[in-house]
Amino acid sequence: MDRNQMNRQLANMRKALFDQGYLDEQFVQLEELQDDANPNFVEEVVTLFYRDSARLIQTMDQTLERNPLDFAKLDNNMHQFTGSCSSIGAKKVKHECSQFREYCRQRNGEGCRRTFQQMKKEYAILKKKLEVYFQYVRQVALLK
Amino acid sequence: MDSSGFCSPRNNAFPAGLRVLVVDDDATWLKILEKMLKKCSYEVTTCSLAREALDLLRERKDGFDIVISDVNMPDMDGFKLLERVGLELDLPVIMMSVDGETSRVMKGVQHGACDYLLKPIRMKELKNIWQHVLRKRIHEGKETDGDGLEELHMMSQPEYCNDYYSFSIGDMYSGKKRRIDAGSKHDDREYSDTSCIKKPRVVWTVDLHQKFVKAVNQTGFDKVGPKKILDLMVVPGLTRENVASHLQKYRLYLSRLQKDSALKDTSFAGVKRADVPPRDPAENMFLQRPIVVPQNDDRNGNCGTSRNESPVHNVNVKIHDAGIKEVALGPVAEQLKALTGDDSDSKKRNSQCLSSNYSFRLPSTDITLADYVPSQYLWTTEYPQIQCKPESISHMHLDNKFDHLSPKVKIQKNEQVNTMPASSYYSIGPANRKEDNLADREFQRIRELPQAESEVNLFTIQSESQLSSTQQFGQTPSPTWTIRNGSSFAGPILLEDLEFAHRNIRLSSGSALSSEDKESLNNVLQGVHQPINVGIHNGESFDCFDPAIFGAVTPLYESLKFDYEFQFDSMEYPVLDQSLFIV
Repeated sequence: MDRNQMNRQLANMRKALFDQGYLDEQFVQLEELQDDANPNFVEEVVTLFYRDSARLIQTMDQTLERNPLDFAKLDNNMHQFTGSCSSIGAKKVKHECSQFREYCRQRNGEGCRRTFQQMKKEYAILKKKLEVYFQYVRQVALLK
Repeated sequence: MDSSGFCSPRNNAFPAGLRVLVVDDDATWLKILEKMLKKCSYEVTTCSLAREALDLLRERKDGFDIVISDVNMPDMDGFKLLERVGLELDLPVIMMSVDGETSRVMKGVQHGACDYLLKPIRMKELKNIWQHVLRKRIHEGKETDGDGLEELHMMSQPEYCNDYYSFSIGDMYSGKKRRIDAGSKHDDREYSDTSCIKKPRVVWTVDLHQKFVKAVNQTGFDKVGPKKILDLMVVPGLTRENVASHLQKYRLYLSRLQKDSALKDTSFAGVKRADVPPRDPAENMFLQRPIVVPQNDDRNGNCGTSRNESPVHNVNVKIHDAGIKEVALGPVAEQLKALTGDDSDSKKRNSQCLSSNYSFRLPSTDITLADYVPSQYLWTTEYPQIQCKPESISHMHLDNKFDHLSPKVKIQKNEQVNTMPASSYYSIGPANRKEDNLADREFQRIRELPQAESEVNLFTIQSESQLSSTQQFGQTPSPTWTIRNGSSFAGPILLEDLEFAHRNIRLSSGSALSSEDKESLNNVLQGVHQPINVGIHNGESFDCFDPAIFGAVTPLYESLKFDYEFQFDSMEYPVLDQSLFIV
């Protein structure tokens, strides 16, 4: 594939992420922050996010296994997690987070668990998509 | 770099180089914010723990301009951090959160946040944070308006630094006094307390002081203790600590008086009782001038709380009427009693105001502070040679103003002024300026002031904050000072006064003293080391108020803030409007 084609493909990938609701405006902000001083800024941030949030997810997993459920703690953790998600613009993941918090408020343990699983799914999907995307970005950069 | 931060080279391209401290436990956000702020050309420091942030801030007191902090943090609640930062360091703080719930935002604002940003945060929001810094600086500047003095102070007392604003003049004086006198425990404590935590200062208004004196006299000057005084005073909000420190100062003051009165017996020949108006404010030995409280006897304008305000401190001006010489020579407590006792005639406030506004007595006063403040300061408002501009002439004003306040106080022309040898006044600054002339002349005379002279010009010294905020300095009466030599009070008072004077000089934006005057005044003050209280006050109400009495007063009442405005209805002293402000 020549450079133009790759570029076009990259653009399409990126567009799809937005169109399909995986990413929101925040991601664009990150892209805008990227400059010569930090040429891989966006990827670095995303990597940091995934690394950092993994801990939180693990904590929440453990909290969800307890009985009875500590909704306050869950809500608090999720609040934190939501903040993190907002940093990269993980739109779908964020949506699940709000759902989760809503169930927490309703003290709906089942709802919480369900939503949590859903959230983890979205979290994983996005991670994969972004990995592919950044791989492509690097490749295109190499071509230049 | 100075406290305003505007003078350092880094700030030439303000807001570029703004020093921001970002506190957030989320590593991702920390990285993003750092990048964003760097893009705004700010100098960024990141911190993931609140405690860490506080330590950092305290370590580098003047190292940051603004703090951005997340609300939710594991080790400390963001609001708590906000409070601490605001209280201790008086830096603008911006809160951040993913939660935009109104109640949270409100909480943030209530805790003093300058702004509350919602995550995800946009670049443009961060681009504007410098406005908070600027706003705060301007606000502070307006209130204190004492950059020069500040600097002066800071130079001499580096530890004050950023906390300058939070210090009341009293604090400074305490500190100074401490240095000179090998301080009192109280002063030390106060000083150190305030140096790390801003506490609203208690302003010892005339009224409050009266209560205090009454309580003291009731128990017996020698045996009384702060607890007892506090109980007798029955002033809500007043702490034992406040009373204790006040008592300390009072005792020092009295002992000084005694010492001095012994020496001064002959020095105030010029003082004539006859010249003293019946209701001589001198009755009030201690004049406290609440700097602020307009008519509020018990109000203590407290500048402690708001960092921006200059300390409102009562200036205790001891106006001792020349005629009361005998009183002065008597036991101090007695005198005080006499003084305070006499106040009952007139409206408390008025008399207090008046006494405190000794200046109203103006030139005519034959007040001999000398007895108490041997030749410390003589203010001659109506100094013939002082050509205060009519508008600014305090005594004119004062006369009118005070008339209604206290008919008893008569403002007499100060004939004595004329008799004073020209050489005896020490002038502040260039003498060519009309308004300045007063001060100038006075200063010049200070040194050579004949002891016999006992003119007292009361000077109103306004706190910086007050001056700037309330005064319409259309006229800035130049204070006329006459500083006498040979005062045995010279010691600690001097420095305090000096400080104070510096401060005040700086203050008035509309001061009659030009900056050069102020400068020379400052120089004078420094060089002379005389307690000089320059009341730069322009305000209808008080013109040349003479804190000459400062000499005597200052030992006890560190701040020389004369604010006559309070007498007349609320001049807008923001600080003044608070009663005994103790937090």
